Amino acid sequence: MVVAESKPQPKVKKKAVPIPKQPPEVRKHNFNEVALGYTEEQALEEASRCLQCPQPQCVKGCPVEIDIPAFIKLLREGKYEEGIKKIKEKNSLPAICGRVCPQEEQCQKYCVLGKVGDPVSIGRLERFLADWERARGFTIPERAPPTGKKVAIIGAGPAGLTAAADLAKLGHEVVIFEALHLPGGVLVYGIPEFRLPKSIVQAEVDYIRKLGVELKLGYLIGRTYTIPELLKERGFDAVFIGTGAGLPQFLGVPGENLGGIYSANEFLIRVNLMKSYAFPEYDTPIRIGKHVVVIGGGNVAMDSARSALRLGAEQVCIVYRRSREEMPARKEEIENAEEEGIICKFLAAPTRFIGDEKGWVKQMECIQMELGPPDESGRRRPVPVKGSEFLMDTDTVIIAIGRTPNPIIQRTTEGLAVTKWGTIVADENGKTSLEGVYAGGDIVTGEATVISAMGAGKRAARAIHEYLMSKK
Amino acid sequence: MYEILRTEELAPKIKLFEVYAPEIAEKAKPGQFIIVIINEKGERVPLTIAGYDAEKGSITFVFNEVGKTTKQLGLLKEGDSIWNITGPLGNPSEIRNFGKVLCVAGGVMIAPMLLQVRALREAGNTVVTVMGARIKELLFFKDEMKALSHRLYVATDDGSEGYKGLNFLKDVLAEEKFDRCVAMGPVSMLQKVCELTRPYKVPTVVTLMPIMVDGMGMCGVCRVNVGGQMKFGCVDGPEFDGHLVDFDQLIKRQRMFLPEERLSALLWELGGCGCGGK
Repeated sequence: MVVAESKPQPKVKKKAVPIPKQPPEVRKHNFNEVALGYTEEQALEEASRCLQCPQPQCVKGCPVEIDIPAFIKLLREGKYEEGIKKIKEKNSLPAICGRVCPQEEQCQKYCVLGKVGDPVSIGRLERFLADWERARGFTIPERAPPTGKKVAIIGAGPAGLTAAADLAKLGHEVVIFEALHLPGGVLVYGIPEFRLPKSIVQAEVDYIRKLGVELKLGYLIGRTYTIPELLKERGFDAVFIGTGAGLPQFLGVPGENLGGIYSANEFLIRVNLMKSYAFPEYDTPIRIGKHVVVIGGGNVAMDSARSALRLGAEQVCIVYRRSREEMPARKEEIENAEEEGIICKFLAAPTRFIGDEKGWVKQMECIQMELGPPDESGRRRPVPVKGSEFLMDTDTVIIAIGRTPNPIIQRTTEGLAVTKWGTIVADENGKTSLEGVYAGGDIVTGEATVISAMGAGKRAARAIHEYLMSKK
Repeated sequence: MYEILRTEELAPKIKLFEVYAPEIAEKAKPGQFIIVIINEKGERVPLTIAGYDAEKGSITFVFNEVGKTTKQLGLLKEGDSIWNITGPLGNPSEIRNFGKVLCVAGGVMIAPMLLQVRALREAGNTVVTVMGARIKELLFFKDEMKALSHRLYVATDDGSEGYKGLNFLKDVLAEEKFDRCVAMGPVSMLQKVCELTRPYKVPTVVTLMPIMVDGMGMCGVCRVNVGGQMKFGCVDGPEFDGHLVDFDQLIKRQRMFLPEERLSALLWELGGCGCGGK
């Protein structure tokens, strides 16, 4: 009689391979990327942790439905080219997503390993394959034969770039109109170099250009052309609006127009898009004082604070009206910021700014807050504590309390249904109230993430394709 | 890239460029502006459109060589190219028959005012124009302005030509009734015009060109206090009710980056960009 040998069960590796980073003391003085990416050995080691679940949960958490176990399996087998192809079936911008997606809230949140230890570092593996491919040079996928249909994409941000890539692959002629002088949208004007190097955005945009997409820079749709003109006079068969949430919000407290007070958008546009950190080699200036205060608790606040530090601020303090638990920023970014020496002051909100005789901010008056019952966002509502006002010295203030949709398209497109928040009304496939006009990303949802905008761009591309092919 | 078709020196350090930009030329209206970026490292500079010719596909603008970018721009010649031009931006001017309009223009803004005067005249208005400059050498388009206006006054800060300063307008405003005043020029001049028209309750529209970065509503650096409300020069303007504008605050905000602007211009003149050859 043969006794079946019991096969040893593979041991579950509970700990994720950490990603190498620039040490805080070094990185706070430069704009180079903080997280350095896995080496091949590290990537293989991390990939080996994946359990290859027969019913993978991680895919559920991915807004663009990447077949995660499949690409990890290919990576593990050393089939990098096939691995990146697998990702690119669903995602045209993997080097960007591998860096800025909040994976802890998406794919990695559902990873089974997360129940016993660290989830698989899916984002870092995606980044590894994307970086591997970029270093080697892109292979351009085959395009479907030309359909003879022409689509205008408004905005070269995450939603627009994704929709453009998918539509080009399907054989449509695609033109992107971008209002700024560089493509990338929030990826170039918003997210700093140390979190997402601009050369990577450039490379991903080049890939999309190689798919045959035409990019027109410096075209503000609504002014240079309107949407009805694109459809009626310029020969486009459909339009996708991906104009994002690019308008800054202010606090509405006295003294907000003093010198030294920036919206986070102004501050980040100067630093990222206009490269003020290299002034005067680049022409656009920025002025950073000694005591910088950043108002807000999201990723934009973290990006602003960490940029200010790198520009030479002596002290950077984030002032947030709720507590650490309610902070909307990614945990990893809060940790990065604190490691670099950024101070967080919780449960406080500005009530006014006080200026010097030249009109420059010198102090900020705040009021202490306490947390009341949850509000409509589900987070506990901050309530001011009467008589708890206090003063903080500051010479630079960055207001990072959110962004709203740019209204130029809505104002110049008759018949386009808009919500009271200024976002465009669209169904889950991006269809708006106008025939042939689709929208997706922050312009529909309000300020959200890069990947959700990409997901919306993808769904809209599919819907536009169906619309175009059914139209005679 | 946008090709320069023609350059003209209108006065010392004041230049006019005509640039091939057919898509902008087709859409431009009086009162709108463009954003000019001279090269990859350049800043985004807002300039008021001074003319457009849809048939020829060209737009014109006039600038004063004061900062690094405008000095660099001034070195460009016919046939050279500008890296990027975005526009037309901002809301067009309200042009209709108001009746009798007082147009006051100073410095480089004399050029876009000519466009405005022509449009107001074509709409049936009686147009009385005042054009001013620091010194007489800086005046330009005098004949053109005279031909288009029903009456033309000239003023200089030093009195070298025409009236000395704008105080003579007190008498003009006391004697005649104007239905509207349109002012384009340096902020201090706009403030002065508004002070003069206020007692006579002449609706006064001023064109503001605060510091801008993107010029399409994204950054908010161009915010202006208008009647206690925060307005953006780029998307809510560039024209505002001058009697409601907080000019003192605007002047302070205009000077926010003065040290940096001077440094940039100085380093450039000394022949380096300041990067130490890196």
